[in-house]
Amino acid sequence: MKDNGIRKDLKMKIILNNTPEEFDQEIITVDELLKLKKFTFKMLVIRINGNLVKKDEYNTALVRDKDDVMVLHLVSGG
Amino acid sequence: MTSAEIREKLKNKTVGVAGCGGLGSNCAVALARVGVGTLILTDFDVIAESNLNRQYYFLSQLGEPKAAALKRVIHQINPSVSVIAYEIRLDPEHILRYFKDCDVIVEAFDQAGEKEMLIETVLSAFPEKPLVVGVGMAGWGMNESIHYRRSGNLHICGDETTEISSDIPPLAPRVGIVANMQANVVLDILLQS
Repeated sequence: MKDNGIRKDLKMKIILNNTPEEFDQEIITVDELLKLKKFTFKMLVIRINGNLVKKDEYNTALVRDKDDVMVLHLVSGG
Repeated sequence: MTSAEIREKLKNKTVGVAGCGGLGSNCAVALARVGVGTLILTDFDVIAESNLNRQYYFLSQLGEPKAAALKRVIHQINPSVSVIAYEIRLDPEHILRYFKDCDVIVEAFDQAGEKEMLIETVLSAFPEKPLVVGVGMAGWGMNESIHYRRSGNLHICGDETTEISSDIPPLAPRVGIVANMQANVVLDILLQS
């Protein structure tokens, strides 16, 4: 569904790791975001608008339109 | 800024380095060379021969605790740096106690789980404090994949992808690049403040 090049069917626009992303849903949990993006990493640090989201909040913390989300995947080595 | 002005600005600064392995030893040495006034080093481990492929130690130091050995290395380069070395496995309580007065904290752990613990602890306890982390530096080549990005006070250096394994070991060049990239970010933060 395109109208003058602007997709109106996409409801939520966020910044994910400094890149614009669009989703059909109006609001999703962090868990849903990870599933949609197929992020299956075990060791993660997530921030929404600069605020840390703890692991036990992934199923309740919400991602909304215009949010700035950072997902950092931690890998071993140092 | 001249070298003298840079040294003058850095001499009252304190940087905490969590881990004195490949990232921590190389990063701390770079910070000592440019004249950061105080370095707080933590590591629970001792130097093994297998560490010498990337860590800033010498054959004569095998078996020594890394934090204390790194302090001696730094003092052979720049004796004016005040170095506080703790031989501990850093936990959240230690982080709050030892790093609370640091201008910047450097994450230089090996294990992903420890990295996660440190980042969560610092972001929760010291949300205003700059934290510079190193993530992804195993293997060789792939210069173009190593990058820097930032989310508020969290500064990320590395390729964010390569995980160490028996086939993709950590080696001096890429570990050194990321360690010095971290030192470069620390320097930028300290000279701006």
